[in-house]
Amino acid sequence: MTEALPSVALAAPGGRRMALPVIEAAVLAILALAPLVLQDYLTVYATRVLILCLFALSFDLVWGYAGIMSFGQSLFFGSAGYGVALIARDLDIASIAVVIPAGVLIGFVGAMLLGGFLLLGRHPSSVIFVSLGTMTGAYAADRLARGWYYLGGQNGIPSIQSMNIGTYELSEGPVFYYLALAILVAVYMLCRFLVRSQFGLALAGLRENEQRIAFFGYKVQHLKAIIFTLSGAIAGLAGSLYAFHEGFVWPNMLGVVMSTQVVLYVLFGGAGTLIGAVIGTVVIEAVSFWLSNSYQDIWPIILGVLLLLVIMFRPAGLVSLVLSERERVGSFGRPGRGGGDGTA
Amino acid sequence: MALLEATGIVKTFGKLTALNGAALSVAANEFHGLIGPNGSGKSTLMKCVAGAEVPTTGRVSFAGADITEASPAERARAGMSLKFQITSVLPALTLYDNVLLALQGKSSLVGLVFSRSRGVLHDKVMGMLERFRLAGRANDPASALSHGQQQWLEIAMALASEPKLLLLDEPTGGMSLEERRVTGELLQPIKAGCSLVIVEHDLDFIRDICDRLTVLDQGSVLCSGTVQEIQSNPKVQEVYLRRA
Repeated sequence: MTEALPSVALAAPGGRRMALPVIEAAVLAILALAPLVLQDYLTVYATRVLILCLFALSFDLVWGYAGIMSFGQSLFFGSAGYGVALIARDLDIASIAVVIPAGVLIGFVGAMLLGGFLLLGRHPSSVIFVSLGTMTGAYAADRLARGWYYLGGQNGIPSIQSMNIGTYELSEGPVFYYLALAILVAVYMLCRFLVRSQFGLALAGLRENEQRIAFFGYKVQHLKAIIFTLSGAIAGLAGSLYAFHEGFVWPNMLGVVMSTQVVLYVLFGGAGTLIGAVIGTVVIEAVSFWLSNSYQDIWPIILGVLLLLVIMFRPAGLVSLVLSERERVGSFGRPGRGGGDGTA
Repeated sequence: MALLEATGIVKTFGKLTALNGAALSVAANEFHGLIGPNGSGKSTLMKCVAGAEVPTTGRVSFAGADITEASPAERARAGMSLKFQITSVLPALTLYDNVLLALQGKSSLVGLVFSRSRGVLHDKVMGMLERFRLAGRANDPASALSHGQQQWLEIAMALASEPKLLLLDEPTGGMSLEERRVTGELLQPIKAGCSLVIVEHDLDFIRDICDRLTVLDQGSVLCSGTVQEIQSNPKVQEVYLRRA
């Protein structure tokens, strides 16, 4: 193959064809430098935000890319959090080599089971069925945790020991921050590879018109179950980090409130763009933090109005202010030898 | 042996009987027209063949295998391809990606994730776009095309996987006379390797490209035969052509 590939998606209107890599690099630079300028308590807060970014990526993958409305994403986040908390409490194991893979596995298996039930029917499941099914799962898990003494009931599991690497204890602060950032970047790159591969093209087809792509031969239920399971594993990874960072787990981690929160992160930033999920999480959490300090009584109302305004007037999210539609949709696949498609 | 054989197809929706024992037989490399008045069951029969609807009773076989209960994906993997009555290209994707997506429907998951097929399949994608006079717009989103061009794109997508049987439901709907003529020209070359079943209201178009016709009326087959036989059939003139 010597002929150059067509520059699909490279020629975004308005001369903004390279906006996405620039934004990604800028966000990475800001996140990498943040602990150098932030006070300690803010670094701790920022670590929590990074972990929530990871959680938002998991939801963006299923909703933004594959069009599956998982209204119970917190089920995998919270289950993994509870799972690693129990491992730390009952088995006295807090090694990062055990608890992080355990969290991923819990999210993976949970999503595989729920996804298998909701998505692997003979006929494709409706959006309503999946969203209600996932929401019911999260709600049931929340109620179960609140009522089960072994899981700490309403209070959850407090005082989880610190995660450790050998003899080094990972307590909250800059080290934990950079660990969370490294994991976020790794997961982001993995997701970026996937959504820009031919698999990503199939996901785009799924999102746009799943009935149509079934007639091309795609096994749409399998595709959905696979991406749902992968997103559950990422949510599990986020949940296990969150449990050790916060030092406790509680039923809200499993419930509908947390699930709704992640939907807002992604809608606010821009569903269907990985960087949108990250920006949405960071902006919502930063604005919440600032508003709660400045307007203690009415800050939730101000935040709610702000979210409504963005969703009403910028349904494609904040990133649509700087990214054209063409660039947000992107292009797919790696070129063959001699190919000229440089878009990632 | 016929490539496609649908026999005794009954399809009911509640109390409504859309098909009442309809049948269709298509040989390899045959262009077969499915005609009939509005409401005669043409599109429903097409959907039963394509897998969009499962017949209430009856049997559909394709290339010797019973596919009555097969999913659309299984039928596509067996070599059947469909163009819907309502244009259903993927509007946010480029023309290039629309065709590439159609080309890779039979790929495995691992193949999709690690494929370098964008390079490997490039000539095929561009060849298909060129054939349908769309190569100059490969980078445009499909939503930017006119209705007629979207119909061509969808035919290109349906043909991309080199099917044994192509099902076209009203491919010239909403097209100008010139676009209809060009569509007929574009379809002729596929005859060497592909059969075609076409539902169409434009009888001139059907006459020009089809070898055989099946006429449906009220969910049943009125008659089936060559274009000349159908044209001279008094029952068709009575039931179909007069109404048309």
